[in-house]
Amino acid sequence: MDLTWSPEEEEFRQEARGWLAANVPGNPLPSGDTREGFAAHLEWERTLFEARWSVVSWPEAYGGRDASLWQWLVFEDEYHRAGAPARVTQNGIFLLAPTVFAFGTQEQQRRILPRMAAAEDLWAQGWSEPGAGSDLAAIRSRAVRDEGAGGWRLTGQKTWTTRGAFCTHLFGLFRTDPEAERHRGLTYFLVPLDAPGVTVRGFERLDGDEGFAEVFLDDVLVPDADVLGGVGEGWRVAMATTGSERGLTLRSPGRFLHTADRLLDLARTKGPGAHRDRVVQSWIEAQAYELFTLEQVTSIVEGRQIGAESSLNKLFWSQLDIALHETANDLLGPEAEVDGPWSRGFLFSLAGPIYAGTNEIQRNIVAERLLGLPRR
Amino acid sequence: MRFAVTERDTALAEAAGEVLAKQAGAEQIRAGWPGGRTESVDAVWRTLAGVGVTGALVPENTDGNDLGLGLDENALPPLLETLGRSGLPVPAAETVAVGAPLLAAAGAPQLPSVLRGSALLTVSLAPDAPVPFAARADLIAVPHGDGLRLYPRDEVETEPVGSVDGSRLLARVHAPAGGGLLLAEGPDELAVVYRRGVLATAALLVGLAGRMLELTVAHVRERHQFGVPVGSFQAVKHALADVELAVRFARPAVLAAGWAQAAGDPETAVRTSMAKVLASEAARKAARTAIQCHGAMGYTTEYDLHLYAKRAWALAADWGGPTEHREFIARRLGIAGAAGIASEGADT
Repeated sequence: MDLTWSPEEEEFRQEARGWLAANVPGNPLPSGDTREGFAAHLEWERTLFEARWSVVSWPEAYGGRDASLWQWLVFEDEYHRAGAPARVTQNGIFLLAPTVFAFGTQEQQRRILPRMAAAEDLWAQGWSEPGAGSDLAAIRSRAVRDEGAGGWRLTGQKTWTTRGAFCTHLFGLFRTDPEAERHRGLTYFLVPLDAPGVTVRGFERLDGDEGFAEVFLDDVLVPDADVLGGVGEGWRVAMATTGSERGLTLRSPGRFLHTADRLLDLARTKGPGAHRDRVVQSWIEAQAYELFTLEQVTSIVEGRQIGAESSLNKLFWSQLDIALHETANDLLGPEAEVDGPWSRGFLFSLAGPIYAGTNEIQRNIVAERLLGLPRR
Repeated sequence: MRFAVTERDTALAEAAGEVLAKQAGAEQIRAGWPGGRTESVDAVWRTLAGVGVTGALVPENTDGNDLGLGLDENALPPLLETLGRSGLPVPAAETVAVGAPLLAAAGAPQLPSVLRGSALLTVSLAPDAPVPFAARADLIAVPHGDGLRLYPRDEVETEPVGSVDGSRLLARVHAPAGGGLLLAEGPDELAVVYRRGVLATAALLVGLAGRMLELTVAHVRERHQFGVPVGSFQAVKHALADVELAVRFARPAVLAAGWAQAAGDPETAVRTSMAKVLASEAARKAARTAIQCHGAMGYTTEYDLHLYAKRAWALAADWGGPTEHREFIARRLGIAGAAGIASEGADT
């Protein structure tokens, strides 16, 4: 056991801290899930990219710093402590990019990754459909082969697509073989949202922002070059992405450590002892999430796969986020309903147990794959 | 940064695990209850002592003995988790983490017999609380004046107390005005001693929680109702997934507390209390859920589950319960109220 950072990691921390202190906007940006806020966030994303902080763990050739997983954790910690803006590019960087690195051709990597790092292409996730939420393999949107055009024609509907109304591209699953077993007939496609036949309609989330969209595809031609990971391989390729999404790349401990610190500050202003036991419990759990992550990163660095364990991360952080915000609400009393960082954070925390695979699905995964309980 | 148990610490826990797998089943736990054949428990304890369990934290070659392994607190989480999992009714935290290294430091003549497992040693830092295993221990260390003192059992008055976990063999201990061997004194020294006991108990709880989960998973895979294994129902799956979650997030906190103690980390006290909170809550959740998922069978003493559940309830409250440790952390974080300030003096 050694829970100290190396001099190199400390140096990296200092560099990140210094840059963030000098560059993080003094006033919080408007919500990135509104059109106006999204534009402000894009400006920030480009500032990050120019200083090579947008994708620290990527190779330098694609705009990164070749940072180790440890350095990535350090950067995330500093990022959240600095109160830097939420990453509106995260679905591309944290969900699609790991899949492109793992399954993409060299041509796809060169074409997709640098523009993603620079926030020139903005990626939305196109998985859920009106009839396929938790039951993702029930996807009905289809892709039909068009030999003459050298590609596929996509038709169907995707929904609850985060920031879909503001993004430029969609990565999603489509049914290419309606006869095959339902997990086997899917293919992973990359679709520009300005392609003929695509219609995007934004709609409001529970928090009132236009953070969702539904995407209609009507005979949209996608060339073979935009199939990721092979025809019929979509489920396998997509599952590699869910590991990233549920696991630590989506929610690093820094986010919750920072919220826990804000909760402590709030508790101190509310006078001695108010809801002390719950404040402390939430604070403890934020620390526990960090320790769990350190253990997990050690495993990954030493070459082990985390697999179904990423469901444990997802369950823990999503519940923790709600606990932190509900405790803050109680400390705030009648102020809790006032629009502000805590109330917005609270509303957003309620989405945690739903997105990236509902917590019911995660508990099934833990029970079946980690504990070995029977599927039926 | 490397968050993983070293090979040396793993090796000791595995050696203990092998002994326990061969010699310590539920039968040995029952043997620790009043009227049981404690000789069979003592035999396992002596075998464990032989592989170095009792001397884990004792410096090598103390007083010519060859049972000190000279390990630090990093060794405690994996070892005590293994001991906890077995449910063996012995003062593991009290001897391995707390008592033996103090006897070594004080040059106590009883050290060799404690390290060999032939003399049973128990320790408590809680004034006036019933002392676990005091009803049969050969050596008892309790607070007296401003220090912790060691007494042979015939020098103290013991008053046995019934307990929910019968194998705890509780007794209230009344020490004489004089005598005893001083093992530790002063708030700083006692705080170090206390934290080792808290850490070891937290690790025992993680082990117990894991064992209860294992028993329950085996049961719900086998037990059929409505023509299917009850473990195929989502209500059961989700309850057990929540136990797994609690255990898996408690374990790293316990490992981190062990590291903090060994490394002299400035956050050691808070890290130790965190570990105890998470381990206690995980074990209580495991006990509750395990009993529920066993149905009526879980509410009998014929089945083994109660042996582990009762130990978990005892240890969750021992060495400071979750509320007490949260209170301590609240003071450290500067959010304690009047009640916190009033109990500042009890802070160890």
